Amino acid sequence: MPGVTRLSVRDIRKSFGAHEVLSGISLEAQDGDVISVLGASGSGKSTFLRCINLLEIADAGEIWVDGEQIRMIHGSGRSRPASQKQVDHIRSELGMVFQSFNLWSHMTILQNIIEGPVHVLKRPRAEAVSEAEALLEKVGIADKRHVYPAHLSGGQQQRAAIARALAMKPKVMLFDEPTSALDPELVGEVLRVMRALAEEGMTMLVVTHEMSFARNVSNRVVFMREGLVECTGTPDEMFGDGASPAFRQFIGHFAN
Amino acid sequence: MATLEVLGFGENGWGALLLVAAGVTLAVTAAALAIGAVLGTIVAAAKLSHSRLLNFLGHLYTTIFRGVPELLIIYLIYFGGSSAVTAVGKAMGYQGFLGLPSFLAGAFAVGVISGSYQAEVFRGAYLAISKGELEAASAIGMHRGLRLRRIIMPQVLRYALPGISNVWQLSLKDSALVSVTGLAELMRTSQVAAGSTRQYFLFFVVGGCLYLILTSLSDQIFNRAERRANRSMPSAMGQV
Repeated sequence: MPGVTRLSVRDIRKSFGAHEVLSGISLEAQDGDVISVLGASGSGKSTFLRCINLLEIADAGEIWVDGEQIRMIHGSGRSRPASQKQVDHIRSELGMVFQSFNLWSHMTILQNIIEGPVHVLKRPRAEAVSEAEALLEKVGIADKRHVYPAHLSGGQQQRAAIARALAMKPKVMLFDEPTSALDPELVGEVLRVMRALAEEGMTMLVVTHEMSFARNVSNRVVFMREGLVECTGTPDEMFGDGASPAFRQFIGHFAN
Repeated sequence: MATLEVLGFGENGWGALLLVAAGVTLAVTAAALAIGAVLGTIVAAAKLSHSRLLNFLGHLYTTIFRGVPELLIIYLIYFGGSSAVTAVGKAMGYQGFLGLPSFLAGAFAVGVISGSYQAEVFRGAYLAISKGELEAASAIGMHRGLRLRRIIMPQVLRYALPGISNVWQLSLKDSALVSVTGLAELMRTSQVAAGSTRQYFLFFVVGGCLYLILTSLSDQIFNRAERRANRSMPSAMGQV
């Protein structure tokens, strides 16, 4: 459903001690948007992503997922969610893909993928298994379904992790530097899966250093610098002449 | 011929009694390990919690029960417990000594000690779980209980198994000290057999062999369990 706002983040702030990492970030994702978040390390982009599903708790700001606001208590002292139950529910609607895959090491690939649907969404096991097999087919590792994560390459593990997130039928997928921990020759297979997802119309927020992905797959690019959105626009605007000098300097590092 | 007879299963033989005694040793140790697992889990959770008071209590437990001789703990629980029971008996009008059942007191005493070692094993196992896997569990919407049951417990068991195998061996040997309460376990029965036949060397060697059989058999069972639990590990780390 194009035009539906899947994710809306308003004026997120976050400090670690005296150091302010996020100084008021806002972002909106409509259905089908693929937004690349770029920025130097330390610019706060991973922290921003982690604030959306409350792996980090923002000190201030609002988060809306599919029209539902996460209720927070910003009293004196540390902020916290008003209802852990709501947080768990919202998290089940947000698919998260980590830099270091984080597959559960004591479960096979298939068990990893059906874990959420069966135990969090309480769906019948047989249904979950047949959907999981279709997902594994889609990410190209159907033959690995009874293998443990430690026996897979990084690229295969990351594709399994994407399948695990997709099995929850998320409203939005969050990617936290999904290819940064991979050997260069394994990056392509993960990006191909992400590109296919984007083409199917999945709403995606991708923190990445992959300029080709930002340029060719996403429909919007956000450049973060020192805890703020320095500039944002379509890839054409951003990679054309219109971008800010800081962004041009940033992408300059990648050209070399 | 005398050797065969005293070790045999005939009228003057100690064979059957020794085998039963080995069974009692196994039973005391198994009960102690179970009691220790419960205590160890609680103490490990206390040591891992964010509460200063619980940290302190957990620390106190492991310091005391790892630092005091096992025999003293057994005396304390058996005789101390018996005096308490006797006092209660007196209050209710019963005169004379009331003993704690020696099996119960022994299993509890060895269990308390075993718990202090198991607490450390469980704590280390919990800390070995990848933080990323815990985050992935939260990120998919698992509530605390579900995460504990599906992600934490299975991995704690996997990482704890080699340590628990070690604690089992220690407890098996500690159970010999329970003989001071008069429980007819392997140590006590060997002693009685040695004393009544005056064949001290023979019976202590046989007792020692029976302990060795118990420890090496259980070692094999733990090894098998470890191999099974390590199926998911990279092969370099897997086999022992």
